[in-house]
Amino acid sequence: MNCFLGIDLGSTTTKAVLLAEDGSILGRGITNSRSNYDLAAKVARTEAYVTARFGLLRAEVVRAAGEPVLTHLLLAFRTEQTLRQLERLGVHLLEDLERAIPADRRAAVREAVEHILARLAAEEEAWFADPAREARSDFFRDVAASGYMRIAEQVSEAGGPSFDTLVGLFDKCILKVENEPMELGFQEHIPAALRRIGSPEAVALGVERATNAALEERNGVGTGYGRARLPFPKEQIRSEILCHGLGAHAMFPGTRTVLDIGGQDTKAIQVDGSGIVVSFQMNDRCAAGCGRYLGYIADEMNIGLHELGPLAQSSNRPARINSTCTVFAGAELRERLGLGEKREDILAGLHRAVILRAMSLLARSGGVQDEFTFTGGVAKNQAAVKALVRLIDENYGQRKLNISPESIYTGALGAAIFALRDVRPDVH
Amino acid sequence: MTRTEIVAQCRALYEDLDFASVRAWVAAEPGRKAIGYLPVYAPREIIHACGCLPVGVHGGGDQLEIIRGDAYYQSYICHLPRSVVELGLSGRLDSLSGMLFPSTCDVIRNLSGVWQVLKSDLYVRYLDLPQGGDRAAMGAFWTEELRILHRDLARLAGVEVDAERLRASIALYNAVRTLVRALYAARRDRPERVPSEELYLLCRAGEVLPPEEFLVVGRAYLAAVEQDDVQARDNSRVVIVGAFCEQPPLGLIKTLERAGCYIVDDDFVLGNRILTRDVPTTGDPWVELAGALVNDAMKSSIFYEDDPTGKRRLVKERAEAARADGVIFAAPSFCDPALLDRPMLRAGADAAGVPSISFKYAENTGQFQQFREQAGTFSDAIKLWGGR
Amino acid sequence: MLLQKEMIGAHFDRLERAPETGEKVVYTFVPGNLTELIRSFGALPLLPEINALQSGMRQKSRGYIAEAEKLGHSEDVCTYVKCDIGMAKTGNIGPTGTRLPKPDLLLLSYTGCYTFMKWFELLREEYDCPTVFLHVPYQGDGEITPEQREYMVRQLRDTVIPALEQVTGRRYDEDRFKEALRRSGRMEDDLVRVLQSAKRRPSPIDSYFGGVYYIGPIFSSFRGTPEGEEYYRTLREEVDERAALGWGPETPSGRLDRQKYRLVVEGPPNWTSFNDFWKMFSDEGACVVASTYTKVGGTYDLGFRHDAGDPLGTSADYCGGCYTNRNLPGRIDMLVDYVREYAADGFLINSVKSCNSFSAGQLLILREVEKRTGIPGGFIESDLVDPRYFSAANIKNRLESYLQMIDARKAGAAGEVHAK
Repeated sequence: MNCFLGIDLGSTTTKAVLLAEDGSILGRGITNSRSNYDLAAKVARTEAYVTARFGLLRAEVVRAAGEPVLTHLLLAFRTEQTLRQLERLGVHLLEDLERAIPADRRAAVREAVEHILARLAAEEEAWFADPAREARSDFFRDVAASGYMRIAEQVSEAGGPSFDTLVGLFDKCILKVENEPMELGFQEHIPAALRRIGSPEAVALGVERATNAALEERNGVGTGYGRARLPFPKEQIRSEILCHGLGAHAMFPGTRTVLDIGGQDTKAIQVDGSGIVVSFQMNDRCAAGCGRYLGYIADEMNIGLHELGPLAQSSNRPARINSTCTVFAGAELRERLGLGEKREDILAGLHRAVILRAMSLLARSGGVQDEFTFTGGVAKNQAAVKALVRLIDENYGQRKLNISPESIYTGALGAAIFALRDVRPDVH
Repeated sequence: MTRTEIVAQCRALYEDLDFASVRAWVAAEPGRKAIGYLPVYAPREIIHACGCLPVGVHGGGDQLEIIRGDAYYQSYICHLPRSVVELGLSGRLDSLSGMLFPSTCDVIRNLSGVWQVLKSDLYVRYLDLPQGGDRAAMGAFWTEELRILHRDLARLAGVEVDAERLRASIALYNAVRTLVRALYAARRDRPERVPSEELYLLCRAGEVLPPEEFLVVGRAYLAAVEQDDVQARDNSRVVIVGAFCEQPPLGLIKTLERAGCYIVDDDFVLGNRILTRDVPTTGDPWVELAGALVNDAMKSSIFYEDDPTGKRRLVKERAEAARADGVIFAAPSFCDPALLDRPMLRAGADAAGVPSISFKYAENTGQFQQFREQAGTFSDAIKLWGGR
Repeated sequence: MLLQKEMIGAHFDRLERAPETGEKVVYTFVPGNLTELIRSFGALPLLPEINALQSGMRQKSRGYIAEAEKLGHSEDVCTYVKCDIGMAKTGNIGPTGTRLPKPDLLLLSYTGCYTFMKWFELLREEYDCPTVFLHVPYQGDGEITPEQREYMVRQLRDTVIPALEQVTGRRYDEDRFKEALRRSGRMEDDLVRVLQSAKRRPSPIDSYFGGVYYIGPIFSSFRGTPEGEEYYRTLREEVDERAALGWGPETPSGRLDRQKYRLVVEGPPNWTSFNDFWKMFSDEGACVVASTYTKVGGTYDLGFRHDAGDPLGTSADYCGGCYTNRNLPGRIDMLVDYVREYAADGFLINSVKSCNSFSAGQLLILREVEKRTGIPGGFIESDLVDPRYFSAANIKNRLESYLQMIDARKAGAAGEVHAK
C-alpha cells in the first residue's frame, strides 16, 4: 500500500507520522533529537513504520489471540530493541575504556562496566517479566541513563571505580550509540519478539502478513526547527507553521486558531476552513513566555516541571507578576518568597504571565476564533490551560478549546498531509 | 481636610485607572468635555480656556494588567505606549473627547498615529513642540500651533475662542505652577517633612483634578506640612534625573527614600512646572504662552540643547540648586531621550564631582531589591566619602 | 555599480584630504539633507548613518557598539549612534578605509527622527564644533501647513544659511544653489522611473535590497551634482534595457527572472547580514517591488521634485516630506497603494530594534494594511547594525513560513484534507 511520511525535526524531539492514501494515520514515531539530524529523522521514521506494522497486525492478532497477547508482543518487541541497543552500548563502552582509562585502573573499570551491563540486561528482562511494571520513557537514552547511573553509584560506593569515571564513559558512548545507524525496524526484531512470547501459533499468520505487507513510501515532507538539514529536496520541506496549522486542522477540523507553546518558541496561527494558514506570529528572540521560562522557575524552586501546574492550581490569590524576563525570573521569585508570598500564589501569577505573553501574540495574529486548539508542552500544564481559558473567555468570549493528548505530533501530521496532498491533491 | 485625608484622596485618584473623577466631572454638567494629554508638556491653559478638563495620561503604572497593549508593541519599545493602548482599548479613557501627544520622543509621536487609527472618532493632535535655537522663529511657530489647537478645541467644546478666558486660565495655571514650585521648595528645604511619595501623589492628583480644586488641596497640604515637626534623618540628598515620561512605580520612589536617599529634586510629572516663570496675563496670550515655553522652559532631555555647554552644566546646576549630594539617573528601559542623554549628563556630573548612580526601570517594575541595594550603598558612600 | 563605487571613493578621498585642502566638512543626515545648499558653499557633506551602515556591512559595527557601550551608552538605544560614536573613538576610519575628517559644522536639518537631535548633541561633545539646527514639523495631520513651511523657510534663511556662511567664509550664492536644484529635479525623475520600473513583470529591479544601491548617491552626497546626474541617467538606461530584455535584477542567487513572489517591504534592512538576508529572499524567488526604506531620503515617487524656482521653499517641502516625517495613517496609505499599484503578493515588515521612528506602531500598520488589502502581512525583527539582534534562523523561519503561506493561500482552492 502507498504511504506518506511527515517528519518534524524539533529542537528536543523528532517526530514522524505515516499516512495511508486515504489520509488515515498508519503509524507514529518519536525519538529525542541529536546532533546527527539524519539519524534522528531515520529513527523516528523507523518507529513510525514499526507502529504502522503493528497496526496492520493488530486486528488479526486481537481476533485470533486476544488483546493481551498483542500487548505482550509489543512489549517483547520493545525489549528486543532495548537489548540490542544495550549490546551496542556495551561494545562502545568496552572499546572506549581501553583507550581512555590508564592501564593500572583498566581492569577494575572493565569489570565494573561489565557488571553494570549485565545488570542492565537483567533488569530489562525483569521489567519485561514484571506484570506490574512501571511506565517508562520511550527513549533508549533515558532508560539506559537512569539504570546506568543508579548501578554505577552503587558500584563506586562499594569500592569500585569512581562514579565520575563511569559516567564519563557513559556520556561519550551513549552519544555514539545514538548517532550510529542501527536497525531497529519491525522485520529485524519481530522474530525474536515472537520467540520471546513463545511463538504462539495463533498470531503467526498476522505477523507474517504484517511483515510482508508492502508499505511503499510515495512521498515525504519534512518540517520543524531543523528542517533545513533534513535529507529532503527543497520542495519537500515545509515551514513548521504551515504544518502545525494543517496538523491542528486535521486533528480538529473546526480549528481556526492555534496556539503552540513549546520550549523555545511560541506561535499563534490562524487557519482557514481547509487548514491553510492565513496569518501567524512568533515570539521574538526573547524567550520570555515560552515553556523554557517555566523550566527556569521549576529549577529555581527545585521541583519537577510537571509539579508546577498542580502547585499553581492550589492558589486562591494569584500574585501579579509583571515581568516574564527569564533573566530576572530567579531574582523575582526569591524576592517574593522573601516577602512572604506563598509559593502557589507566585506560581499561579507566573503561569498567568506566560499566558499573557501568548495572548499578545494571539492578538497580533488576529485574535482567537472558534475553535481554538492549544498544542505544545505547555498545553499539558493544567494551570496554564486554566489561565488561558479564562483570559480568552474574558477577552474574546467563549471558545471551544481543543487539546489533543497526541499534540506533540501536530507538526509531523501536517507534514504528512502535505506529502499526501502533493501527490494526491484530490484526497479530502 | 487633614493631611492624611489629602494624601488618601490623592492616592485614590492615582490608583483609579478608570478615571472616575474625570467621568464625574464630565457628567456633572451637560456638554462638558475632558481632553487627555501624554507626557511631558501640553499647554493646559488652552484646554481649560475652552471649558474643558485637562487630564494627564501617564500610563497604567504597576497595577494595570496588559492584555491588548502588548499586541501593538515589540519587546524593544518602552512600556508606556502598551499601558496607554491598554487603557484606551479597555474603555478606561472613554471620558476623554480628545488626546494630545506632545513631541516627547518618536514613540509618543507615533502613538498619536495609533490613536488616529484606533480612535478615529476622537480629536487627536500631535503637539510638535518648538526645537532649536532660533527663538524668534520657534516662538512664531508655536504661537501658530497654539492658535490652531485653541481653534480646534473651541470648536470641539462648542465655545468661541476667547483671549480673555485664556488669560484667566493662564493666571490660574500660573498659580498652579507657583504652588508646585512651593511644594518642591518645601521638600528641598525640609525633605523629612515632605516625603516624595506624598509630593508625587499630589502632583499626580494635579493631573486629573480641575486646577481650581488642585489649588485648594495643594495649599492645604503645604500649610499642613509647615506644621510638621518631624526630625530629619541622616539621609543623603539626591536628584532624580531621567524619569520625566514613563513614571516610576510608587514603590520605587518609596524604596529610594527608605534606602536613605532624600529626593530633593526630580523629573516626575515634569510638565506641571516646566515653564519656569509666570506667563504674563496681559498682551497676546498665545504669544505669551509660546514665549514662556520657547524662552523659559526648564532644560530637559525632550528639548534640543542649543547651548554647547548646556548638557555638561545641567546636572551640576540642578544638584547645586537642590543642595543635593548626588544624582540618580533613573530612566525607563528603552527611553531614547533619557538614555541617549545619560552619557553626556553623567560626564558633566563626573567632571563637576557630583556622585551619581544609574539604573533603569519600567512603570510596572515589581521588584525593588536591586534599587534598594544600589540606593543604600550610594547613600552610605556619599556619607562616608562625600563632602558633608 | 562601478560608477557608484568610483564616485564614493573619490568623495571619501576628498574628505580625507579636506584638512589639507581647506575644504569645509559638514556632517548631516540622510533624511532632510540639504546637499545642494551645502555644496553651493563649496562644503562637503558627510553622513554618519552611511558610515554606520557601512561599518555594519564591513562587520566593524559589533566592536564599535561594544566600545560605545563601554563608555556608558545604553544597550537599549539606537545602534547607528553607538556605532558612530565607537568609530569616532577608535580612529574614525571611514567606509573606504580612509580617515574621516572632523566636522566644521554639524547641520541637523531633520527632526523626523528624534534620535538625530541626541546624536548631534553627542557629536558636538566629541568635536566641539558649531551646530546648526532646523526644526522640521512633523506631518501630524498628514500635511505640512503653509505656516509650518514658512517656519522652515525662516529657519533656513535666518539660521542655517548664516551658519554656512560663517563656517565657509562664503556668501550665499543662490544661482549656484538653483543650478544644483535643477540637476536634482532631473536626477529625481530618473530615480522615480527606475523605482517604478518594478511595476513590470518581471521586475527589472529589486526595490529594497537592490534599491539600497539605487538610492545611494541621491540620498547621500550627490544630489544636485553633475556626477550624480550622470549616474542616474546611466542607471535609468541600464534598467530600461533590462526591462526591454525581460531580465530580472541581479541578486545573491543570480539573475532573478522567475519572480515567484512580488513583495512590498516596510522598514530599513539589516546591514550586518545584508547579503545573507537578501539571499533568503532571492533563494525563494522573492523580489521586492516597492519599499518604504527607499523613501527615507525623499518621497519622490509621490510627486515631489526639487524646484529651482523656490530654493528655500522647495528645501522645506523636501524635508517635511521624507518618509519618517509622515504620520502613521499616511504611511499606511502609502503601503496600501504600493501593494495595489505594484500588484504585490504580499507585504513584509522588517522591524528594527534601533529605530523607534520606524518601528513604534508597525504592528498597527501591519494590521491595517492587512485589513485594507486583504493580503496577509509578514513580520520580521532584526536590527540595523547590531549583529546580536540578527537571528538568521528565526528570520529565515518567519520568512519561509510567510512565503509558503502565500503559496498555500494561492493553492487554497485545492480543498480540504484531513486525516481520519
